[in-house]
Amino acid sequence: MVPDAGHANLIRLCEADKKMKVVRLTSEEQGVSLLGGAWLGGEKGILLMQSSGVGNCINMLSLSTSCQMPLVILITMRGDHGEFNPSQVPMGNATETVLSAMGVLVRRGDTHEAVVEEVAGALHMAFNTSRPIAVLIGQKVTGAKDFRKLTH
Amino acid sequence: MKKILQRREVVNFLLHERDDLLVVAGLGAPAWDITAAGDHPLSFPLWGAMGGAAMIGLGLAMAQPKRNVLVVTGDGEMLMGLGSLAVIGAHKPANLSIVVLDNEHYGETGMQKTVTGLGVDLVGMAKSAGLAQSMLVANKSDLENLRNEIYKKGKARSGTLFGQVKVGSDKLPLVLPPRDGVYLKNRFRIALLGTEKALA
Repeated sequence: MVPDAGHANLIRLCEADKKMKVVRLTSEEQGVSLLGGAWLGGEKGILLMQSSGVGNCINMLSLSTSCQMPLVILITMRGDHGEFNPSQVPMGNATETVLSAMGVLVRRGDTHEAVVEEVAGALHMAFNTSRPIAVLIGQKVTGAKDFRKLTH
Repeated sequence: MKKILQRREVVNFLLHERDDLLVVAGLGAPAWDITAAGDHPLSFPLWGAMGGAAMIGLGLAMAQPKRNVLVVTGDGEMLMGLGSLAVIGAHKPANLSIVVLDNEHYGETGMQKTVTGLGVDLVGMAKSAGLAQSMLVANKSDLENLRNEIYKKGKARSGTLFGQVKVGSDKLPLVLPPRDGVYLKNRFRIALLGTEKALA
């Protein structure tokens, strides 16, 4: 995982789960290759990042597509509904296009219920049909961050 | 003048009687080198994913803690994935070895210089990332030591091993591994996990 505020609770839960191993990445594409290696060794994993990290992954995704490796990426959206930071908008706006262009199936949830449903479906589909799938978690679910409010 | 090591001889020496070693090779010359040493179902040569070889090795080593994993890659590939040294340094699985064949050039793109030829010290970077057992290999005796460490098992290992092997930059005949990634993945998983689990 690469940390994101939207994933903070999930990361805490993963760290508390003794059956899971949490690997702190310094850049998102490392997770694509890490989980490719884990799959070669018979293990399953899930990759957590925010949408701004998708661009870092583009070329590494060729590993998942050319080898038909299962990969599930949970992506919390930035540059999405109600965004405050202009620099988040270009990558946020391009996230789905970039993933699709690399052959990654894209699903999206904009409510808590939809996220749960899409993640369950993506896990089932990725590992049964050996392909990369990303689930985008919309900013309506995680809430847009406003740094002006954070400073008060 | 001291004789510089030759990459194919280095890889042949490291992979001769390879025990139950799992091998990942970075794209380009390292993939040709491991193939020249004898293609093997438990070898995973990369055709792309530049910068990802060491992380594939980490994932494999964490998934298979009882097996030794060797990543053979080049200086250009390692330099693209330097951040992975930091991630590996935080975990240091003792069953993982990373060997960088450092010819100080990008061989596949016309032999342009890499920064290792301009003073960048990969062993120093690996050590700083927490890989205490990092060694520069420049001669046959260093290489024998590297091989001994790679094949040590379990508690005889103290952490992830990192070796930067200085090799010549001669142009060598291409010895290409299979190109089909699905085939390479399936043969590796079948050889490691058995057909039933690999194709479940």
